[in-house]
Amino acid sequence: MSPHAEEEDATNAYQSLSETAGIDDPRWAFGSGFEDVEAEIEAPLPAGVDAADLAEYCLMLGDDALVCAQRIAEWVSNAPELEEEVALANTALDLLGQARVLLSRAGHVEGAGRDEDALAYLRSEAQYRNVALAERGDDLDFGVAIARLLVFTTWRLALMSRLLDSRDPVVAAVAAKAVKELTYHREHAARWAVRLGDGTDESHRRMQAGLEAVWPFVEELFRTTDVERRLVAVGVAVDPADTRAEVDAVLDQVLAAATLTRPDRAPMGLLGGRGGRQGVHTEALGHVLATMQSLARAHPGATW
Amino acid sequence: MIPADDAPAAAEPAAGETPAAARRGWPLYEVFVRGKRGLNHVHVGSIHAADDEMALHNARDVYTRRNEGVSIWVVRADHIAASSPSEKDPFFAPSADKIYRHPTFYAIPDEVPHL
Repeated sequence: MSPHAEEEDATNAYQSLSETAGIDDPRWAFGSGFEDVEAEIEAPLPAGVDAADLAEYCLMLGDDALVCAQRIAEWVSNAPELEEEVALANTALDLLGQARVLLSRAGHVEGAGRDEDALAYLRSEAQYRNVALAERGDDLDFGVAIARLLVFTTWRLALMSRLLDSRDPVVAAVAAKAVKELTYHREHAARWAVRLGDGTDESHRRMQAGLEAVWPFVEELFRTTDVERRLVAVGVAVDPADTRAEVDAVLDQVLAAATLTRPDRAPMGLLGGRGGRQGVHTEALGHVLATMQSLARAHPGATW
Repeated sequence: MIPADDAPAAAEPAAGETPAAARRGWPLYEVFVRGKRGLNHVHVGSIHAADDEMALHNARDVYTRRNEGVSIWVVRADHIAASSPSEKDPFFAPSADKIYRHPTFYAIPDEVPHL
């Protein structure tokens, strides 16, 4: 036996697999893309940017990811195949990583002493700022889950790729990491959409039904809020309406390859001009938060 | 009743078998990952997938989720020709006592790994 067998060895093919970047770092759950995430989160407010607006914007982007991650995580222990379950869990964790940084930034900018946990676990439905698509349940229907993932990641990738040069360093850092992650998530969803849409009669029918189910929530993705309008003017935010052409083009390409039909469904309406971005949600969000928050609320300050 | 031929009886699905069990028809793939450029691919495990493309993606999701790899190979398990355990003696044993096949008669410098 080689005398080197027990030693650290940079040329050992098996050993190199376990050398994962930053795994001993207590902040590894933020993901491995951030060099110094705490310094980033406490970066000073960019000149000319209203703190309340930036905090609100970070909540919007963070809540979209957090709530969607929670919905996707419902597939853990329920997916049709173990391999697909791991893929969905990875996707949920990537989104959760984005949400953690964005909520941390929102809490810091707000300056009221709320950290990411306080914002995730101690806000009520009306204080959440996510779009309705993120909270839409799928009742463990794989067609609905894939349709939601396809639309959500296509839209979020279009947003994040326009936020790469945001004047807020945290938003820009999240975007840099998110673009890589979302590109893979979108590909995963698109592959399934094509596989199912262009598969059997039954898989085609169910994939089309999934699209029909999520389509009423598409319109909201392109509605611009006042907060976004003000932040676009100072180079921090992107106008979601600007992403529409890209999202339409990507979805049309996937639907064509999948032999699916673009649904013709009336968009979900607003309530007194207010939607998810203003804290007016569908009843689905209450179920998401009940599941997500019950432990933290039953045992305040609990750690593990 | 004793079946005349045992093969068809074994292939028959049991009464009341769930669709999930019947669907478990995706072939098995073996997964090989290369951790760094310059190193060899090593076997890390196996996955199920409907085709080669899905196998690569499933392998990526299951075995490289913490940045472990730079390259993945997948191969259908039934395409691997393997030596049989029952062949152990005639296949491997004769080399053990042929000391002249082992390069043990010279010192290996410390800088030379994995010889």
